Amino acid sequence: MLSSPQHEATQPKTAGQVPVLAPGHNMRSITDKISDIVLKPKGGIGWVIGFAITFALTMQLLFSIGWLLLRGIGVWGNNQPASWAFDIINFVWWIGIGHAGTLISAILLLLRQQWRTSINRMAEAITLFAVANAGLYPLLHTGRPWLDYWLFPYPNTMGLWPQFRSPLVWDVFAISTYLTISLLFWYMGLLPDLATLRDRATGKIKRMAYGIFSLGWRNSARHWKTYEQAYFLLAALSTPLVISVHTIVSFDFAVSVIPGWHTTVFPPYFVAGALYAGFAMVLMVAIPVRKIFNIEDFITMRHIRNMSIIMLVSGLVVAYGYLTEGFAAWYSANPFEIDTVLLLRFVTGPYRVLAWLLIACNVVIPQLLWSSRVRSNTVLIWLISGVISVGMWLERFVIIVMSLTNDFLPSSWAMYAPTVTDIAMYTGTIGFFLFLLLLFIRFVPMISAFEMRELLHKVSHSGDHHSSSNDSQHGGEVVPVPGD
Amino acid sequence: MAQLFPRSANTMARLSIFGGLFTVLLLFGLGFMLTRSPVATREGDQRVQPVQFSHKHHVGDIGIDCRYCHTSVEDSASAGIPPTSTCMNCHSQLFTNSVELEKVVNSWETGEPLEWVRVHDLADYVYFNHSIHVRNGIGCESCHGRVDEMPLMMKAEPLTMEWCLECHRNPENFVRPLEEVYSFGYHPPIDQSVLGPQLVESYNIRGNLDDCAVCHR
Repeated sequence: MLSSPQHEATQPKTAGQVPVLAPGHNMRSITDKISDIVLKPKGGIGWVIGFAITFALTMQLLFSIGWLLLRGIGVWGNNQPASWAFDIINFVWWIGIGHAGTLISAILLLLRQQWRTSINRMAEAITLFAVANAGLYPLLHTGRPWLDYWLFPYPNTMGLWPQFRSPLVWDVFAISTYLTISLLFWYMGLLPDLATLRDRATGKIKRMAYGIFSLGWRNSARHWKTYEQAYFLLAALSTPLVISVHTIVSFDFAVSVIPGWHTTVFPPYFVAGALYAGFAMVLMVAIPVRKIFNIEDFITMRHIRNMSIIMLVSGLVVAYGYLTEGFAAWYSANPFEIDTVLLLRFVTGPYRVLAWLLIACNVVIPQLLWSSRVRSNTVLIWLISGVISVGMWLERFVIIVMSLTNDFLPSSWAMYAPTVTDIAMYTGTIGFFLFLLLLFIRFVPMISAFEMRELLHKVSHSGDHHSSSNDSQHGGEVVPVPGD
Repeated sequence: MAQLFPRSANTMARLSIFGGLFTVLLLFGLGFMLTRSPVATREGDQRVQPVQFSHKHHVGDIGIDCRYCHTSVEDSASAGIPPTSTCMNCHSQLFTNSVELEKVVNSWETGEPLEWVRVHDLADYVYFNHSIHVRNGIGCESCHGRVDEMPLMMKAEPLTMEWCLECHRNPENFVRPLEEVYSFGYHPPIDQSVLGPQLVESYNIRGNLDDCAVCHR
């Protein structure tokens, strides 16, 4: 067995750190463990209960959308002056959550960070499902979603193009590009694993289904060459998206002249906020999943800690963003900016409690992550991630609703409150997100099995210098490790 | 282990890539053509009218001016559909025995107006005003076509927004002298590229005629 040299090899240079892959695994055990979650005949009672609850919430989402289509967007609480409210808050919130997936899968791949391997697929799935939920909101907010194809430039009989100077049109391109690239990236990465499932599944229908979706993957060297090229190309394409998508989302606000929105700090601070919320969501999903499916060997404490650290860093950037926002408002010497950002938001405004809560959630509480003892406690990290998710939602609420309900003319000030449909739809999207996640866990391997085998190869060979054939790393379960 | 898929699956996979792309392009092209075709715009579609009224006869052969029947065209948004009494100005004397005219006489006697079917029907969210067009040198012909050659009324132009904008964006290509607004088969006396800008200048056509609020109010 490799266990003892491997045990040393997986130890990184800094002593005392947890490895990215628990010792004692070989090619077969990795593949077995990952594909068994998908291939075992029953999902277990917990999965069924979770599925039932999230399915009900998905139905609630569909019902609230149906109600919206039937009655018009008057069923939402937004109206003048708060013409943007839950729809845009939730849109930005969901889009932000997707960003961790892209960072993990693209940037960490290009930076050759080995610890990305066991969390990238799950993070990418979170990206996809979050973007799907995010996309719902602006599409429905148009009021007539059946005419949403008008958002795209196509040669129509109206002789019109979209208003290319509007950030809302940039949004359409940013989000649709994001969704397309994320989907392609996720699916491409799945191909070798789908082929493994095709070969391991019993039952004609399962084999045929995985067979069709694996697109004839036969593990040949040529396949791998093309695959690696395409995968890196997609990673390079996704990399700018980590920054561009949320930058453009922030332009929806920054390009306008509403006090509290009209600031150039928005793009970087929104991107940092997106990563912050994204890593919080990945942690909120990964922590229970690794426990329930007993895959703590693959998603180790190293992953949890690294993600916590990224979360802490992006949280500090967000906190700096809040400071800069306040400074820019004061420095502008514009009474409306000062009033909105400094006075109304925190001192005199109707939503000041939410603003202070936001500071507590996003700035104060996450500082606990400085302590390495907190970073070793999954329950605490999970709770902090939850707090951050709430905080990021509050941030958007405060930015959007505060500025709109208290703008230039006090005569047009009014309060905003969400309606039952607003809340039903929001909770519905959360349910739908979890629903998709449960389906994902059950039908495709949530950890990239072949990349884990590759990782095993790398960590078990990083100590010695003899050059081994690179192909054996992709061999799948049919190629045992020498000495296994 | 037996092969999961037959050999032909490879061909099918390749075909489906081509087929998918081809289908998407085909659907897009079809949509592009259909939305502009008479199927969607109803160009050349002769509707069934209560009376088989011939513009060709009245305008082309006899030479009645448009404004004789469409009296409000110069002053209001609607050109106006003539009341039965306008028909009776002549037809109390002419063709009184015609079977087709019986319906007009009936309408005259009972006071029930004839219910003509609207051929040029713009969407309700379009504000269209006839007077501004005829008073700024847009001929009837430009939108309604050679009415003097139509035995039955039909649309000659698609009336899509794209089509409206063709002129709203470049009115100098279409304006004519005021005395030619009601004539058919008009040809500019001098080159339109010279005459057009002069007329635009003299009609004082200014501003962005393709602003949304010009037509959608």
